[in-house]
Amino acid sequence: MEQSEVMERVVKILTPWVKDEGALANVGMETNILEDLKVNSARLVDVVIAFEDDFDIEIADEDVDKVNTVGDAVTLISAKL
Amino acid sequence: MSAAEKKRIVITGIGVVAPNGVGVGAYEEALRAGRSGIKSQESMIEQNFGCTVAGTPEGVDDLCEKTFSEEELLAMNMNHRYASLAALEAWKDAGLERPAHDSEEVDWDTGAILGTGIGGMDTIAGKVVPLTDAKRIRRMGSTCVEQVMASGISARLSGQLALGNQVTTNSSACSTGTEALAMGMERIRAGLADRMLCGGAEAASHYIWSGFDSMRVLNRGSNDEPEKASRPLSASAGGFIPGSGAGVVLIESLESALARGATIRAELAGGGVNCGGHRMGGSMTAPNPTSVQRCISAALTDAGVDPRDVDAINGHLTATGADPKEVGSWARARGREPGELPPITSTKSMIGHGLGAAGGLEAVASILMVEKGFVHPSVNCEDVHPEIEPHAASIPHELLEKPDLDVLVKAGFGFGDVNACLVFKRYKA
Repeated sequence: MEQSEVMERVVKILTPWVKDEGALANVGMETNILEDLKVNSARLVDVVIAFEDDFDIEIADEDVDKVNTVGDAVTLISAKL
Repeated sequence: MSAAEKKRIVITGIGVVAPNGVGVGAYEEALRAGRSGIKSQESMIEQNFGCTVAGTPEGVDDLCEKTFSEEELLAMNMNHRYASLAALEAWKDAGLERPAHDSEEVDWDTGAILGTGIGGMDTIAGKVVPLTDAKRIRRMGSTCVEQVMASGISARLSGQLALGNQVTTNSSACSTGTEALAMGMERIRAGLADRMLCGGAEAASHYIWSGFDSMRVLNRGSNDEPEKASRPLSASAGGFIPGSGAGVVLIESLESALARGATIRAELAGGGVNCGGHRMGGSMTAPNPTSVQRCISAALTDAGVDPRDVDAINGHLTATGADPKEVGSWARARGREPGELPPITSTKSMIGHGLGAAGGLEAVASILMVEKGFVHPSVNCEDVHPEIEPHAASIPHELLEKPDLDVLVKAGFGFGDVNACLVFKRYKA
């Protein structure tokens, strides 16, 4: 799967939890999920479950801790595909 | 303190998600028409219930999609959806605006007491138990706790409306919603809040209803005729029919309502709550008749209303063996002889027994009746119970227009031998 396609799907999955829609319009690999998109940190576990379901992968808890930016999520997911 | 010295409390908003009508307009129309919201339930048939009918609101998910964000809905089970829809309708009905999500303003003078009897059973049964038993804990995600915690429904609402006063959830079985209004009234009277959103909610879930079916307190004899299944006051009452939904009332100090030019629907003149202590005939599952009578009397005294001035009664009246005893308690509390009881009706005859939602749903019906001057029919009791027969003339089988209706008393009784009673009055400046 092309990285651009992973990126597109990651952004789509994140969308319901995004509080700053302006930041979503300019989203890039460097966009921080909590600080820029204003996703509630408690909901990150739900985002990860949605990643697992959408890409049919498993993400370990220690990997979750390394995900800060959209790019981190794309890289982590791409490595598991 | 005499009733005249107490701070006056008025109702400025109502909202409802009922089995026979979602939204106040649809609900009033169904109540006037005597329309039942009881339907056959596939889930109960599949699981071999004795009773396979229940009262469930329709069209809720579509309404939720128009009302809440996708993120909000991911964390809102049925109880949350019913409670929030009813509360937001009451808020809007009171002429208030839903604040913006990104506003930092908190309404410190408004709180909520939204009760529930059982709580987030659909989440417990559908997620918590199966995922825990399958050792898949992390798959529960972040939203289970807030949906199963008893206070979830009031907590959800506080975020939607930026409520900054007391926000809590009460629970007293089938008297929950009625008790919530009495508690909110006390808080406003004490000067601790200006406005309180009060009421109750209960999800539609066969996991909630199964225990009642096991107790054999649900009517098993009318599965083929759902609309005739809920039969309070009748000789053929074979148990109650489970219901669900939410009813929420915005109560407010009279000063607050007048200051902001709100439309006043009715006055909440008084209330009473007590418990029978599981003595004198009372138990976990049966009301102590003396405590019922005392609760009704206390509410009337609190409101400064002479028992002879009560114009209508919206009873608890579930369609179990307790109905004749309840009617007897009403007659004794009012010091009336048979035939002198004012019109007495059962909202449950149309919507079933909403458990934790019952008091909220029936308070909304009561407020509409006081405001508009009518008594809705009590359906399915053509064959009045022999012990209630002396009061048969007081039961309206058809819509009763009653423009002179000034005082209506509403009671709710619950497992645990707990009672709550409210006195609504037509608002007069």
